[in-house]
Amino acid sequence: MPSYVILEKCDGCKGQDKTACMYICPNDLMVLDKEKMKAWNRAPEMCWECYNCVKICPQQAVDVRGYADFVPMGASVVPLRGSEDIMWTVKFRSGQVKRFKFPIRTTQEGKAEPLAGYSTGTEDIKSPVLCTEPASTGGAELPTLKK
Amino acid sequence: MANFETVVVDTDLLIIGGGMSACGAAFEAAYWAKKHGLKVTVVDKAAMDRSGAVAMGLSAINQYIGYAKGKNTLEDYVKYVRQDLMGISREDLVYDIARHVDSSVHLFEKWGLPIWKDAQGEYVNEGRWQIMINGESYKVIVAEAAKNAMATLGDKGEILERVFIVEPLMDGDKCIGGVGFSVRENKFYVFKAKATIALMGGAVHVFRPRSVGEGLGRAWYPPWNSGSTAYFTIRAGAEMTCQEVRFIPVRFKDGYGPVGAWFLLFKSRAVNAMGEEYMVTRANELPKWAPYGLAKPIPANLRNWLGMEDVYSGKGPIFMKTEEAIANLAAKYKDDPKAFKKKMKELESEAWEDFLDMTISQAILWAGQNIQPEEKPSEIAAAEPYFIGSHSGASGAWVCGPEDVMPAEYRKQWEPIGVYNHMTTVKGLFTAGDGSGASSHKFSSGSHAEGRVAAKGAIAYILDNNTAPTVDDAVVEQMKKTILAPLDRFQEFAKMSSDPDINPNFIKPKMFMFRLQKIMDEYCAGVSACFTTNKALLDRGLELLAMLKEDHEKLAAEDLHELLRCWENTHRMWIAESHLRHVMFREESRWPGYYFRADFPDMDEANWKCFVNSVWDPKTGEWTMKKVPVVNIL
Repeated sequence: MPSYVILEKCDGCKGQDKTACMYICPNDLMVLDKEKMKAWNRAPEMCWECYNCVKICPQQAVDVRGYADFVPMGASVVPLRGSEDIMWTVKFRSGQVKRFKFPIRTTQEGKAEPLAGYSTGTEDIKSPVLCTEPASTGGAELPTLKK
Repeated sequence: MANFETVVVDTDLLIIGGGMSACGAAFEAAYWAKKHGLKVTVVDKAAMDRSGAVAMGLSAINQYIGYAKGKNTLEDYVKYVRQDLMGISREDLVYDIARHVDSSVHLFEKWGLPIWKDAQGEYVNEGRWQIMINGESYKVIVAEAAKNAMATLGDKGEILERVFIVEPLMDGDKCIGGVGFSVRENKFYVFKAKATIALMGGAVHVFRPRSVGEGLGRAWYPPWNSGSTAYFTIRAGAEMTCQEVRFIPVRFKDGYGPVGAWFLLFKSRAVNAMGEEYMVTRANELPKWAPYGLAKPIPANLRNWLGMEDVYSGKGPIFMKTEEAIANLAAKYKDDPKAFKKKMKELESEAWEDFLDMTISQAILWAGQNIQPEEKPSEIAAAEPYFIGSHSGASGAWVCGPEDVMPAEYRKQWEPIGVYNHMTTVKGLFTAGDGSGASSHKFSSGSHAEGRVAAKGAIAYILDNNTAPTVDDAVVEQMKKTILAPLDRFQEFAKMSSDPDINPNFIKPKMFMFRLQKIMDEYCAGVSACFTTNKALLDRGLELLAMLKEDHEKLAAEDLHELLRCWENTHRMWIAESHLRHVMFREESRWPGYYFRADFPDMDEANWKCFVNSVWDPKTGEWTMKKVPVVNIL
């Protein structure tokens, strides 16, 4: 369907003003039904299957069922995203299961230091040298055109 | 009129968008704004952590030069892009992006992006310009750095999420911000700015996609990219370039999983049903497209073209020989069972990560079809057309280049309004990424670098033009009325019909999108027209688009979400019209694997080795088309 909500697991993010899936969906698809306190995908045919709702859900209440108009039934791909890596469980139509684990970041979440310790070689707003350059390019100076 | 509070935000620099180029712009702007005491406001229609084209992640960074270590030169990159785009590129822009892109990549790594390294600690190249990453959290990391940079501005750094900017705010011929609405609460936003950078990405769903059921959303480029950058710049009166240069990716069929790693890293072959390699059997067609067809690498559009010709002549499907590629790579370990098993495991993991990092749907499709790449080949196919000036397309605004590289022929156009890097031909309006044209092959990293370039240019402009914008309140009130009109229309007429979507007084955004897609697909060289058109088809398409344009004033929305869709689809309609007019004006076929003019089946170097540029005049509503010479910097 793209993404759908497993009703038994969804707690509507406990009545906060927005659910995690609503917060993150890049296409404004996830909505909270405040009466039922359950989230839902309002336009599955506009879903990219980016899995951001699946990855962010604190209850693991969002899953994806492959697009029914071209994916044979029975497969599933389920992520478990941690702070350093992500685990994927891929289940085939045949029942076979494969698991993969990949790193996702090398720094602590939230700690990306914008200037990353690089100094900027100019104060001149009209210079082509950008902040952190030339140090961040790895070179001693910004290249100029060699005709 | 619907009861919406009007929120006015005064700022110095307005950055619209939240993707790679917007994150680059926010990062760079924060540094220079802090030095000069300026305010920066970023407005994203989604959540920056996962907005834009890199929302899902990526498995490779497609632009890295490595010039400081002597791996490649910037000049080589300029020649590579020139070649891939059949001679048509703004080489000053390509050069400028290339000299900054390594800086952005090195920053990504420091911020926490895992980049594959070899035994010597060097980046692992997928191809000459591409490096492999563990990129599930690529966008999260880049957005985090942008947000942390903005936080250094204190109350002069402001990020608004879930606000959709519809229209540029103008003071005569100067852009002074933008207006739009919150997609979460009844608020109409007016952003007044001294400079504005439009960074809302390219366009998807302008053409009918191959999947029209549930898989409608499985576009190659994300469905939330609705042509908003092109709309914003066109409506401000900015000159556009290469709007005819759409991109058609050839990808794993239906899931649109990436093929780059298979072709470049795994050295896989693509063959037709007879086992023939179209790049070999059709090699004799390449001289027709000389000099570009005869140089290496062969341009993406020509590789597409040869494959398409195989399919049109009934030789499909085209298969990526994944099993053969993996067998070849593992072959040298065959005498050592333990090492062989280890290598196979490693290749399998790399193959799946390629999809899981950036196109999870393809992994579901493989699992659903019981496909294991080491066992059997997989189909590849041409997708539908996209507008993505950052990739191998070239559509976008005509922008000012860097002072030290831009040819004098281009420069003179900005002398009357100010020479500021990446300013469009409209004062105070800047763009980058998918928004700036004729500077292809910047991808994620180059878009970030280009966003930075545009931000520094915009801050320089503000320092030279530091006057508060003058806004006519009556104009703003009228814009508010127009933008909210779809909500009013629904309220006025919905009661008379049994069906909220079927009503003679209005059209809902979804059907409006389908109507646009059908016109573009059938008349302007979409999938069902085998990417082929001619003047008669284009004339007819333009007639139908004119009626669609009239009917956009009948769009209706039940809620904020539909109001968002109404305006996204209006944006799509404008990039569609601009595209069609460019395709019509250029009387040749230069990128046959992107679109083919059956009435002008040849490339015409004598008359058409030039840019096609256009301007829509906000005062008269007239389009002007023109040829602009290509100036080589090398």
